[in-house]
Amino acid sequence: MSPGDMKRDSGLDIYRKLLLARMIEEKAGELYSQGHIYGFCHLYIGQEAVIVGLSENMTNIDSVVTGYRDHVHMLLRGIPPNSIMAELCGKVTGCSKGKGGSMHMYSRDKRVYGGNGIVGAQVPIGAGLAFAHKYRGDGGVSFTFYGDGAANQGQVYETFNMAALWNLPVVFVLENNRYGLGTSVDRAAAGGTLANRGDPFGIPTVLVDGMDVFDVIEKSKSVIEKVRNGEGPVILHMDTYRYKGHSMSDPATYRTRDEVETVKKTRDPITRVKNALIHEIGIGDDKIEEIMNEVTAIVDAAAKFAIESPAPPDHALEMDVTL
Amino acid sequence: MSGVPVRLAIRDAIAEEMRRDQDVFLMGEEVGRYNGAYKASQGLMDEFGAGRIIDTPITEYGFSGICVGAAFAGLRPIVEFMTFNFAMQAIDHIVNSAAKTLYMSGGEINCPIVFRGPNGAPRNVAAQHSQCFASWYAHCPGLKVVSPYTSFEASALLKAAIRDNNPVIFLEHESLYGKKFDMPDGGADSLLPLDKAIVMKEGSDITITAFSISVDHALCASEVLRNQYGISAEVINLISLRPIDKTTIVNSIKKTGRILSVEEGWSVCGIGAEIMAIAVEHAFDYLDCEPTRITSSDTPMPYAKTLELLALPSQSKIIETALAMCNCPK
Ligand SMILES: Cc1ncc(C[n+]2csc(CCOP(=O)(O)OP(=O)(O)O)c2C)c(N)n1
Ligand SMILES: [Mg+2]
Repeated sequence: MSPGDMKRDSGLDIYRKLLLARMIEEKAGELYSQGHIYGFCHLYIGQEAVIVGLSENMTNIDSVVTGYRDHVHMLLRGIPPNSIMAELCGKVTGCSKGKGGSMHMYSRDKRVYGGNGIVGAQVPIGAGLAFAHKYRGDGGVSFTFYGDGAANQGQVYETFNMAALWNLPVVFVLENNRYGLGTSVDRAAAGGTLANRGDPFGIPTVLVDGMDVFDVIEKSKSVIEKVRNGEGPVILHMDTYRYKGHSMSDPATYRTRDEVETVKKTRDPITRVKNALIHEIGIGDDKIEEIMNEVTAIVDAAAKFAIESPAPPDHALEMDVTL
Repeated sequence: MSGVPVRLAIRDAIAEEMRRDQDVFLMGEEVGRYNGAYKASQGLMDEFGAGRIIDTPITEYGFSGICVGAAFAGLRPIVEFMTFNFAMQAIDHIVNSAAKTLYMSGGEINCPIVFRGPNGAPRNVAAQHSQCFASWYAHCPGLKVVSPYTSFEASALLKAAIRDNNPVIFLEHESLYGKKFDMPDGGADSLLPLDKAIVMKEGSDITITAFSISVDHALCASEVLRNQYGISAEVINLISLRPIDKTTIVNSIKKTGRILSVEEGWSVCGIGAEIMAIAVEHAFDYLDCEPTRITSSDTPMPYAKTLELLALPSQSKIIETALAMCNCPK
């Protein structure tokens, strides 16, 4: 799908999703600076096209697991903004009842299994979700997201081996945002690339522009179908970028302001769709503004809900340790 | 020197040892160019270069094993874990490779290595990032385990750990990195023994043992106990969790007749459990009340601030417990 093929309604829908993803995270940043959100908080700003595009090709039986940069994955799997924002604020109305926070969000109903704070740990877990899909024969696919930093973990390769050996229905989504905390890919990965890491296991890697939601939708569509049809695991290598520091406490001195500004100016996933809507489909500024207002209202309401929600009751401390 | 933050004491201790001994090097995530995730290696790459201050990929299992190999060959690695939570990925090499090889080799191969980094509960970072591993490592023969409180302790113990010929687990605390302490001008060779507790404050009514951040709570509590209730608490900073300095603890119990252990770890099979065992095994006849421990709640760490406060040991919990042990009305 190119911007030109984009239908009016689906184009507007995608724009709305991208914008909501961006603005939820911006609001989270704001609430963090006001002290409503605390601890570790990793924003997804810049990378929105990855999950927004992929979710176009996911079904309700599919499973998702990711790392600590998880708010937007939750959102796109259908967890309400109120529930996400409340979790960020440690409130009982949050998706983890205030006990997980930013890094630990889950929904059995929507089949999101975290939110994992340990780099790399989600990768074998994702293959386990795929194992369950295959075992049950339910036709589901596991979407297993991990970063360029996580891509060097040994457990990733143990997982690749078994996933290929057992032909598991897993899409490994490598979100290569160029940095693992402060270390760039060329300083962490031998050979300077992660695009060939599936080769020894016979797992194909598809290169995707992770800043271009159309590229994500188009390239992933047939790949996901193949995985769903039992043709074995695939790696989607998403070339993407995070705009903010690694977490709220990272001043990001390891990259130049120029580098960040250039990406924002030339590759921003939201601007790209907005321009396509305006110039190729002829959407008017008023419609764009309407969506902005709509999304702003959702985000403001979520923040209000989160702030006004009660903290978990004291007895919750001892709950849910074991069943 | 007055007002030296713990993180600086650690940095300087590493630098001093690296200047003294070419075989000492530092390896870990973001230790070099980033100057350390918690800035405990600020400026070290500038001084020692990328050959001795070594940035790694996020591969704890691998680089810990590599450092154990280097230590077998006689180098003296300092492994920094960004936090000890991530050392769980490396615990196989810490226990099965580093701790046991001297024994397995009949004394042939030793492993002079330091595994260091923040341990315990910083604030607000939820279950996977808030855990005290003291009792995990204290359980294992072949390791030495220490946890400093002050800047001087951090410096003098770290230097001793680097010079020690065994694997040493060095447990720091994120909440102490910025805390400033006056330091004696002991010079570069001022070391502390790795196996001795320190009596921080003498007292006669109750013994309180603690380590790391818990020493802070215990000292504050002891002030209140003295000033408001006339109770004289002896505060022991354990320093070493393997071996635990039994002599200092037992001598103190003989004096006070009461023992209260404080730690951020969980209670089951924890450091406190060991202190209780020491009290019962070695000072049973001197006990005036049951040995008691304060630990974190027997749960993973919740994110919500209010719950986290309930979960952690605190000054007020120490005061309350000590008063009950001393039969002192509130
Ligand atoms: C095993 C482990 N080691 C270290 C950390 C600390 N840490 C958290 S995120 C991170 C960087 C991960 O980078 P990447 O995988 O590229 O994901 P990104 O943050 O870019 O999304 C590090 C080192 C951790 N959480 N877990
Ligand atoms: Mg990354």
